[in-house]
Amino acid sequence: MAQPRVLVVGGGLAGLAASMRLAELGVDVDLMSLVPVKRSHSVCAQGGINSVNALTRQQGDNEWKHLDDTVYGGDFLQHQPPVKEMADWGPRIIDLMDRLGVPFNRTPEGFRDQRRFGGTLYKRTAFAGATTGQQLLYALDEQVRRFEVEGKIRKYEFWDFLSPVIDDSGRCRGAVCQDMVSMQFRSFAADAVILATGGCGLVYGRSTMSMVCTGSAVSRVYQAGAAYGNGEFIQVHPTAIPGADKLRLMSESARGEGGRVWVPRTPQDTRDPRTIPEAERFYFLEERYPKYMNLVPRDIATREIFDICTTDGLSVEKDRLCVYLDLTHIPKETLDRKLGGILDIYEKFQGVDPRTAPMKIFPAVHYSMGGLWVDYERSPTGGMLEGSPRNQQTSVPGLYAIGECDYQYHGANRLGANSLLSCIFSGLFCAAGVQASAGAKRAPAAESLYAAALRREEERHEALIQRRGGGENPYGIHHELGDLMTRVATVVRRNDQLAPAYDEVCALEERWRRCSLSDTGNWTNQNVVFTKSLGDMFPLAKLIIKGALLRDECRGAHYKPDFEMPGIAATDPEGKRREAEEWCDRFEANTNKWLKSTIANHGADGHPQITYEDIDTSLIPPRPRLYGLVGGEVIEEVWRERLRAREVNGGQAATREVGVGAQS
Amino acid sequence: MIMKTDDHGGPTAARTIPVRVLRQDAPGQESYWERHDVPWEPNMNVISVLQKVAAIARSQDGRPVAPVAWDCNCLEEVCGSCTMLINGRTRMACSALVDRLLEEHPDGIELRPMSKFPVVRDLVVDRRRLFHSLQRVKAWVPVDDSFDHGPGPRISPEEQEEAYPLAECMSCGCCLEACPQFTRIETPKRDGETDEQLAARRTAAFDQGFIGAHAVSQAVLFNKHPTGKMIADERMAALTGPGGIQMCGNAQNCVAVCPKHIPLTRSIARAGRSATLWALKKLFDR
Repeated sequence: MAQPRVLVVGGGLAGLAASMRLAELGVDVDLMSLVPVKRSHSVCAQGGINSVNALTRQQGDNEWKHLDDTVYGGDFLQHQPPVKEMADWGPRIIDLMDRLGVPFNRTPEGFRDQRRFGGTLYKRTAFAGATTGQQLLYALDEQVRRFEVEGKIRKYEFWDFLSPVIDDSGRCRGAVCQDMVSMQFRSFAADAVILATGGCGLVYGRSTMSMVCTGSAVSRVYQAGAAYGNGEFIQVHPTAIPGADKLRLMSESARGEGGRVWVPRTPQDTRDPRTIPEAERFYFLEERYPKYMNLVPRDIATREIFDICTTDGLSVEKDRLCVYLDLTHIPKETLDRKLGGILDIYEKFQGVDPRTAPMKIFPAVHYSMGGLWVDYERSPTGGMLEGSPRNQQTSVPGLYAIGECDYQYHGANRLGANSLLSCIFSGLFCAAGVQASAGAKRAPAAESLYAAALRREEERHEALIQRRGGGENPYGIHHELGDLMTRVATVVRRNDQLAPAYDEVCALEERWRRCSLSDTGNWTNQNVVFTKSLGDMFPLAKLIIKGALLRDECRGAHYKPDFEMPGIAATDPEGKRREAEEWCDRFEANTNKWLKSTIANHGADGHPQITYEDIDTSLIPPRPRLYGLVGGEVIEEVWRERLRAREVNGGQAATREVGVGAQS
Repeated sequence: MIMKTDDHGGPTAARTIPVRVLRQDAPGQESYWERHDVPWEPNMNVISVLQKVAAIARSQDGRPVAPVAWDCNCLEEVCGSCTMLINGRTRMACSALVDRLLEEHPDGIELRPMSKFPVVRDLVVDRRRLFHSLQRVKAWVPVDDSFDHGPGPRISPEEQEEAYPLAECMSCGCCLEACPQFTRIETPKRDGETDEQLAARRTAAFDQGFIGAHAVSQAVLFNKHPTGKMIADERMAALTGPGGIQMCGNAQNCVAVCPKHIPLTRSIARAGRSATLWALKKLFDR
């Protein structure tokens, strides 16, 4: 039998890690990407990559705690065995990237330096300057280039994945793709296909994501039958620099160093902000959160900034939502010493010096926790069984998904510096199982199967090119879709907005069908490539909105004020106790109802069919996230009592002391 | 009509930015200038200008035209995609701010494709040669495999601080565009030639051309790395072979245009010294 051949779509961290490992295992790899792989979106990750390390281990840290932080941060909405496996692999992955030459920052003695990130008490995060993602990506890009020279990996850069080729048994046998330079179509036979195509930020118009993050490849396999999980979970970062073209991150350290968030009390005050007197400024975070002031937790900051602009109408600008993040009261020398790098970014892209003028910032869509549903095989020790062809396999046999485009690792909310780890891990780890799947004996697919799939795509393309007279502008529709999604499906979600928004998305999709192309040529036609990807955003937008509409609760990044569980109002001990009991009753009822993955399947009518999947929480039982909640300490006390009672009553071991049994 | 801008883009009459783009429909075709009027907005960069050109899809005189083709991705000056000649200067389109450009050239903005690479279409050029140079100098750490062998070598903070700036090279090609010795290599497809034959001919042509400052700097980076230096001789062979470091004319344009301020001339000087030593060593080893 011939060498197995695998098509990897996407050349970010996950795609490159998978390609490298597959090539090493002797599998021939076709690696396809919209851009030269070195230019993938992974380069944008700045902060670092998490793993337990020698130092944290001596402070009491271990892989089990990394697992615990990740599932607690994710509000328990992820299957735990894959997360356990990822945390267990963390140290090995950092070591590997170190060997590949990543210039991690060093301690004076020459060890890798680590910093602390959100959601943990330990300094788990290794970093390379302010461009960790770029440096990790380059290290893998270099190894893949090495295999390319040896002929084990063949790159197809500037190619667009159009559709999977699926045989009568339902197995993926390859893909139809298009060369974006010559516009030629080609079908690729493959024994397995891996999608590593990242997030779908462009569904929201502008986000912190790169221009290739349209979600189109994922949408195309979803429309071909692959299930999609937890689509409504989209992470929004509180502080980004709004740009005409994209939203760029502004680090939280600006507030950490004393930055103050405010808006003028007069809506859209046109005066120079520096001339607005103190009394006419609204420091809304400081007024509303006298304890935490500008350093409220990330999700609260995001919601408050969003609400002050949308609900209260106090955005600094009329046409562009933003608030001031003001550092001008801090001496320049202090700013340069502590924040120089990030202030330079603001100045470079805004042309304004944040040392002398307040920055204008707004929350921005940042990461898709949801993605293609993927399977895993549980190992006897509670992790993932290495080499199982089920690991990372979508609901379409032979079709795999890794990295940001799968739904597997981050639940309802991703912790900072965990994304780079999940990308490299899923890429490396899936390879053995993919090899097993690709190498299994099966009859070759009929030529006619590929020919028919190719013809379908050619016809779709021709129909788009030939479409005349509709007059709709794809860029205008994308703008409208982005505005709509940003308004209803980001920070604050309300059913009375989501329900009509769903219909508006459908209406936009109808208008998309009447798009006229301004370029009907057949050479490097970016107009038709974009218009196609825009069409594929609608199925994703629909499943995001539908998932959000149906999920009547607050969990991680999904916040619905109508279903919020307020803290304790009573002030007397008995009243507090009673309310805490009620709170825990409600929490348990909510967990029973909603601790489930949202699974979307593309219906024949174009609408998502939503079902729910139980979650494997067998390693760490779900518990309430109480950070900042009034009366949280009483609730926690009640919750602990209930867990203890359950153990005594001989129920399943409801709790497991953190720190025990970390090693498998 | 252009008006003076202030920091906050205060209210002014609707104004437009005249943009001149050097277009070319496909390789081998004549290039031509096209004018566009783009509505001004606060905080625009050249990327948002091109996005508007695509959305409007009409030239200045109202003719329907195909959108201008260009490369971009991250829009944060870290992916290296959007290199072009903006008012005659090679730079990244994402960090080219419109208000700054208009301060320097109130008449408008001129966009041209890079001149040292074959034009694919409009502002899109074929930079495969740039990546091929990275193959030539074996810009990688030659590890045994990706399995677990413990951590990498100990590295001092000084070594890291020296390596990191070189590792930030994003393969944008600005240094090559500015280099007098890096000249354009174009291999149009011949009649009856297969794709494989074309690829072989193109690779052979690339192998004779100057590798460029970016590749020299990467060779220096990996020859300094404790594991990378295990194949230093192979890199030196590439650096001293055809199209190697001897072609550098020391114009020092590369370092002046690098958007990441990578000390390219220092890398070239260092590689030059190593090349001399290596040549002597080879002489005596014979």
